[in-house]
Amino acid sequence: MADHGGGGCCPPMDLFRSEPMHLVQVIIPIESARLTVSYLGDIGLIQFKDLNAEKSPFQRTYASQIKRCAELARKLRFFKDQMSKADVKSSAKSEAKPEFNFDELEIKLGELEAELTEVNANNEKLQRGYNELVEYKLVLQKAGEFFKAAQSRAEAQQTEASSQQAAEDSLETPLLKDQDSTADQGKQVKLGFITGLVPQGRSMAFERILFRATRGNVFLRQSSVDEAVIDPNSGEKVEKNVFVVFFSGERAKSKILKICEAFGANRYPFAEDLGKQAQMILEVSGKLSELKTTIDAGLSHRANLLETIGKQYEQWSELVRKEKSIYHTLNMLSIDVTKKCLVAEGWSPIFATQQIQDALQLATVDSKSQVGAIFQVLHTKELPPTYFRTNKFTESFQTIVDAYGVAKYQEANPGVYTVVTFPFLFAVMFGDWGHGICILLATLFLIFREKKYSSQKLGDIMEMTFGGRYVILLMALFSIYTGLIYNEFFSVPFELFSPSAYACRDAACSEATTIGLIKARDTYPFGVDPAWHGSRSELPFLNSLKMKMSILIGVAQMNLGIILSFFNALYFRNPVNVWFQFIPQMIFLNGLFGYLSLLIIWCTGSQADLYHVMIYMFLSPTDDLGENQLFPNQKTVQLVLLLLSLIAVPWMLLPKPFILKAQHNRIHQGQSYTPLEGTEESLQVEAGHDSHDHEEFEFSEVFVHQLIHTIEFVLGAVSNTASYLRLWALSLAHSELSTVFYEKVLLLAWGYNNWIILIVGIIVFIFATVGVLLVMETLSAFLHALRLHWVEFQNKFYEGDGYKFAPFSFALLVDEDE
Amino acid sequence: MYGFEAMTFNIHGGYLEAIVRGHRSGLLTAADYNNLCQCETLDDIKMHLSATEYGPYLQNEPSPLHTTTIVEKCTLKLVDEYKHMLCQATEPLSTFLEYITYGHMIDNVVLIVTGTLHERDVQELLEKCHPLGMFDSIATLAVAQNMRELYRLVLVDTPLAPYFSECITSEDLDDMNIEIMRNTLYKAYLEDFYRFCQKLGGATAEIMSDLLAFEADRRAVNITINSIGTELTRDDRRKLYSTFGLLYPYGHEELAVCEDIDQVRGVMEKYPPYQPIFSKLSYGESQMLDKAFYEEEVKRLCLSFEQQFHYGVFFAYMRLKEQEIRNLMWISECVAQNQKSRVHDSVVFIF
Repeated sequence: MADHGGGGCCPPMDLFRSEPMHLVQVIIPIESARLTVSYLGDIGLIQFKDLNAEKSPFQRTYASQIKRCAELARKLRFFKDQMSKADVKSSAKSEAKPEFNFDELEIKLGELEAELTEVNANNEKLQRGYNELVEYKLVLQKAGEFFKAAQSRAEAQQTEASSQQAAEDSLETPLLKDQDSTADQGKQVKLGFITGLVPQGRSMAFERILFRATRGNVFLRQSSVDEAVIDPNSGEKVEKNVFVVFFSGERAKSKILKICEAFGANRYPFAEDLGKQAQMILEVSGKLSELKTTIDAGLSHRANLLETIGKQYEQWSELVRKEKSIYHTLNMLSIDVTKKCLVAEGWSPIFATQQIQDALQLATVDSKSQVGAIFQVLHTKELPPTYFRTNKFTESFQTIVDAYGVAKYQEANPGVYTVVTFPFLFAVMFGDWGHGICILLATLFLIFREKKYSSQKLGDIMEMTFGGRYVILLMALFSIYTGLIYNEFFSVPFELFSPSAYACRDAACSEATTIGLIKARDTYPFGVDPAWHGSRSELPFLNSLKMKMSILIGVAQMNLGIILSFFNALYFRNPVNVWFQFIPQMIFLNGLFGYLSLLIIWCTGSQADLYHVMIYMFLSPTDDLGENQLFPNQKTVQLVLLLLSLIAVPWMLLPKPFILKAQHNRIHQGQSYTPLEGTEESLQVEAGHDSHDHEEFEFSEVFVHQLIHTIEFVLGAVSNTASYLRLWALSLAHSELSTVFYEKVLLLAWGYNNWIILIVGIIVFIFATVGVLLVMETLSAFLHALRLHWVEFQNKFYEGDGYKFAPFSFALLVDEDE
Repeated sequence: MYGFEAMTFNIHGGYLEAIVRGHRSGLLTAADYNNLCQCETLDDIKMHLSATEYGPYLQNEPSPLHTTTIVEKCTLKLVDEYKHMLCQATEPLSTFLEYITYGHMIDNVVLIVTGTLHERDVQELLEKCHPLGMFDSIATLAVAQNMRELYRLVLVDTPLAPYFSECITSEDLDDMNIEIMRNTLYKAYLEDFYRFCQKLGGATAEIMSDLLAFEADRRAVNITINSIGTELTRDDRRKLYSTFGLLYPYGHEELAVCEDIDQVRGVMEKYPPYQPIFSKLSYGESQMLDKAFYEEEVKRLCLSFEQQFHYGVFFAYMRLKEQEIRNLMWISECVAQNQKSRVHDSVVFIF
């Protein structure tokens, strides 16, 4: 194990290797346990191991405390619910330390809850009475209307009938009719009726059932209430109908009563007498206004109560959250047989040792415990967690790497290089300094409002953008730089550094054509000469430039990856990987593509076809090179390089598995002959952890693994290099798109000389630029840069099978919960 | 289009099948049950359940818990899931889902009618009803005096109406009649559901007919055992058996004449699928029969998840969930009454 201080090959770097960690054991006396864990949580640099994994949550030592916390959390949720219903906002977090402890809080919350529920119950009772009265009043009004209408109609009928009788005093049926009407009147007296309210949605079914149950022997009148009424039973707003049912007979009555009950229809007594009705209405109105004032008083009381709760709500909930996490952590510790102390095990970075010891001491003093906590380092063969100390700038870059896989403990961290290479590769694809400035402004806005935004909750996409603000900042800066090299500003070239090196040969050479330019001045000092823009040879020239550049960048980055694998091998003292992985890989990659890169650099300006050189180097290495002859002895050099590359393949493939096998055999033999070595102490410690160390060495598996690795590398060398051509492709797409938007939208609109078309054109141009170029293109270039890092760069060296350091920390707790 | 469901099934059913399979993976596992069985108090159960899918439903319950609260909240979760699925479903899946609830409807009807017969409060009865079997105007059932009224007043509006055609009599309701009504309704319901599944065809028909046949056979056995020693005649008894299933028709003939439990056993052991169930029981014992049947059912329901592109998974999920709630109820009840030794008597592990 290369754990302490590194292999001595390189100076300590914070971000390059993850923090050295050790497994520590803390023995805490039980009386100071809570305080100790709380102080450790404040530091937040120790990751506790769960020593009771086989116990279910409620069998653990502090299960009852956790239950209490859960109960308090429930009460707090209840308050929060009530507060949001009453529109009371909890005040922002105050920095003042909560002046009460857990037990007091428990009592206090219990009292508050009881008070609140009582107030609620009272209010509900009053509200219920109030709602009933409202309904009653409605019934009185509506049913009164029925009766009045019915009466007036009856009167009208009677007068009509009597007038009819008078007019048509015929001989045929006078007596019978008279009898009928009197008989009717006689029956009417015996009719009973029920009034009430029924929910509008169920009124149809209500009517139907009534009809069926009484075989049609009812008379039902309904009228809808204009406004929704609050149902006294459920407390919800419901649209309701006032109904009056007339029936005859006791059986029908009991049936109707049952039906009313079943439909949740509230019945109210109703007097037939008009005078009584008016009196009732008056009475009810009086009661209503009385109740209203009582309810208002109750509500204001409740609001006050909630207000006081709201003031301290945040403090309380934080306290409860902390308390709960403390007990969760305590539950992970194993309890000593004597029940006098708790034993904690956990990972912590070595630099935090002093801090942790101080905290332990402080806790001992503060809890007035007689015995201090014991802190000791354990030796283990387990792989420690990976912990990088990042700041707000490097954090987002590290996140990009971690999204692929968390680095193995202390392996070379690609995050260091990602800080520069990621925005740079992005910028190669996004080269336009106009667009770069737009993005720069946007991200500067985010950075200047950092304080404000980091404390509040943002939307999904906004949160992501805000999290990556420093990545975007660098991306913008780099794309301004590459934009200056490409000489693109919304696809318009500028003569920024000096006038173009080319000029017309004579006055006849118009601006539109670019044939016949001669070199008039010195070469354009920085980037692409603006004269190339719009010329017929613009594309071939830029393509050749960007393609070659992509290959150079790609080969450089892949070499960096392989070199990092060398550093890893050195750091972990693994010479096999140096000799049988690093060296043949370097030879293979550089023998083919390193040579290509050199040709690109040395032979700029020559007519030679580099594809041809590369392809025929494989196909017919001995043939005459013809016009592709670039330097003397080229054929010999190429033959040597090709042979070296060919040798490199079996070099990578064969020796490593055999050497591993030999190593394994040697260790195994040694073990069987000298079983007892080392001090007793180390044996004791290792006994527990050693058991799973004797893995079976499967030669075939290792060999197949190596085979796959080799094939992947050999094919990858070709395909990864080709993959870097995406730098060229995306950059081309970006510049072509911006040209299209500029020429086919903005200039076209300009050409009409009509200000309406111009405005429309400008709007379309702005939307297309923002939507397509600034948002979509940024995303796609980002994704491609991400891929180049994850696949082409990291597969050369990065194992990424570690696990992250997840310390017990109060600071992280808050984010987690929200 | 048997065998070609894969081509078109996902157009309408894919989303819901994914949902239901997701729900299934939320079912409690044997490890969960082992932990639950070790609980000392109902609070422990709540604590354990709060780490499962039931968490959000139980977390706001104040601490002195009751078994009923736990069961109520768990049922609420099932109902929420069912309603969500029903909302998303298109024909014929929505009809299929509705069919699943008819069984509860029948139970609720019987519960209310029996309750009113014994002069219970309607509200109290309504609270006891299974929320999946609720329908409008269910409370009105209390008004009815005999079957004919029951039908004419209330049930004519419900999906149960067609099942009533066989049991409309003017006889007054009594316990015996109600029990017969329940079984007649259930018989008609199962037959209707069976026909519906056959109509759907494909894997649904294949799997559902197995599951429903098992259900029908189990009911036949239960009816036989329950009617031993009552005044139900053999013909009446035979009328209550569903007209499909493994036992139909010859097994029914034999069951109809059974006079004690060992005769039933003799009949059932002729059918290979039911042999293992009865071989677990000692002679003359019928207490453990329910559990044996439940275990067999759970096994069959779980198997239906092995095949894709059919509606059987919805039926199976609802049934498994109900079994899970029964388990939770039993465990909570045992814990609450300090009968922990009996916990394992009735818990059926699902996985």
